[in-house]
Amino acid sequence: MSTATTTEAKDLAPVSAESLAALLVAGERPPRPSALSASLTFGWRAILKIKHVPEQLFDVTAFPIMMVLMYTYLFGGALAGSPKEYIQFLLPGILVMSVVMITMYTGVSVNTDIEKGVFDRFRSLPIWRPSTMVGYLLGDALRYTIASVVMLVVGMIIGYRPDGGVGGVLAGIALLVAFSFAFSWIWTMFGLLLRTEKSVMGVSMMVIFPLTFLSNVFVDPRTMPGWLQAFVNNSPITHLSSAVRGLMAGDWPADEVAWSLGWAGLFVAVFGPITMRLYNRK
Amino acid sequence: MSQHTSGLAIETAGLVKTFGETRAVDGVDLAVPAGTVYGVLGPNGAGKTTTVKMLATLLRPDGGEAHVFGHDVVREADEVRGRVSLTGQYASVDEDLTGLENLVLLGRLLGHHKKAARLRAGQLLEAFGLTDAAAKQVKHYSGGMRRRIDIAASILNTPDLLFLDEPTTGLDPRSRNQVWDIVRAVVAQGTTVLLTTQYLDEADQLASRIAVIDRGRVIAEGTKGELKASVGAGSVHLRLRDPGQRPEAERVLRLALDTDVQQEPDPVALTARLSGAGDSAAEQASRALAELARTGITVDNFSLGQPSLDEVFLALTGHDTHEAPDAKEEAAA
Repeated sequence: MSTATTTEAKDLAPVSAESLAALLVAGERPPRPSALSASLTFGWRAILKIKHVPEQLFDVTAFPIMMVLMYTYLFGGALAGSPKEYIQFLLPGILVMSVVMITMYTGVSVNTDIEKGVFDRFRSLPIWRPSTMVGYLLGDALRYTIASVVMLVVGMIIGYRPDGGVGGVLAGIALLVAFSFAFSWIWTMFGLLLRTEKSVMGVSMMVIFPLTFLSNVFVDPRTMPGWLQAFVNNSPITHLSSAVRGLMAGDWPADEVAWSLGWAGLFVAVFGPITMRLYNRK
Repeated sequence: MSQHTSGLAIETAGLVKTFGETRAVDGVDLAVPAGTVYGVLGPNGAGKTTTVKMLATLLRPDGGEAHVFGHDVVREADEVRGRVSLTGQYASVDEDLTGLENLVLLGRLLGHHKKAARLRAGQLLEAFGLTDAAAKQVKHYSGGMRRRIDIAASILNTPDLLFLDEPTTGLDPRSRNQVWDIVRAVVAQGTTVLLTTQYLDEADQLASRIAVIDRGRVIAEGTKGELKASVGAGSVHLRLRDPGQRPEAERVLRLALDTDVQQEPDPVALTARLSGAGDSAAEQASRALAELARTGITVDNFSLGQPSLDEVFLALTGHDTHEAPDAKEEAAA
């Protein structure tokens, strides 16, 4: 190690004291960036990370494809007579389920990233404090969009035909991505709160499995016992999947869209400040 | 760069930080004059990094006060953040990004427009001899290159105050010298530097004033001269040709240097401690050699040893640097 370092250090070009001095003198200080500009810059950082470690796109490509294929062919015959029938109902729901599931990786990456020395630097910059986290989630919003597109393409290949056309599909994806962005603040909180990556993963599973399965993603809630219907009908995931289903089918489910956005606002309002509190304390 | 050249860059009074039961920083008072390099010297776990983190607004003090250019680090954190930058003990850059991307990212976060950020990043990479590595991910950089990119990131906007937390720990001597050159260039342009280190010779090379810190407290503070006077200027090691001449040599040395002389286990070796006040170590050593030559004692070999951090601690506290296995004696022959 030390030998390699020495060799490399010798090969390095020398530090130029004159140009360094000139740079130090010439350095004028621009005004601080706006909150938006700082957030977008952190979003750019997230995209650069995807560029350097493209393997991290695995969970937004292979996983969603698996979800679509698995549930369409597993339940299709039993629940709707045929997979082709079932996917008309399932695709918007499974889209919601998969993307909401993918959001939990946010917590894991925040947890591992936050320990790195570079966060000391970010925290010592005079910028809008939440921009680090917002940038993170903006990068993740791109991942959610990729996952949505991948699933739609697979769905179309195996027979999904959205009546809402391009406009309805885009509106559905936009709502889903906006909701997931807001929902992710739960994970940034856990990512900062819990000590290890494993515990973040564990807690995420505990939240995400019941929340996504106990919804109207797979089946009509009217087939469920009353007490479960009470939960399912009021779950944010049910509202979201009804909204996305409606939008993609060409309807305008105003109530469900409003419910979804309301929940989204609530998540940001509650978990955003908690996240920032934890971030400032780290 | 600083408009406060007459005043103090850092002023702390009774600064305290506790982690559970441990008082990591236990009442630190510092007064760092603007425009100088100020060394904070101490072993691992002495509280150096914790102190720096409080001053850089990364940790909130549990007690006492700290001002950076007159701004309170808690109440006016944003003011402070606008004027300082920090190079942490572990690379404070994003290892997944390339050197260029890191600098552009920071440039943007500091408010530069895209073009200006790119230009500045390119100039910095050039000045730091990293142009060839600009497109490489920082995780593939050598230790010396990491330090360079880290410091480059810290001076993207020329800061009024630069914190360097153990900037050369783990570097080979050549890379260490290069970091020292960078620090000298930065301070020559008027930036105040607070440098923490485990190495006395590093503080000696760079700092004009030094605080020695141990167990969360400042145990000595002063100019290099004052500090050395209290710990001595190191020691001179001699090897004689004839072991029979050793008692005579010991007597001559004691007279010439007016100091303690130790017989080493090696029958031809002697060590004499040098006084920190008055003549320099080299002057004292040459006087000793001249005396030995005049009395007909043949010296085969001699070397000057700087006082190690261990010796400084022993002299100041009477105990060892329990946690400083790296503290080493720098021998100059």
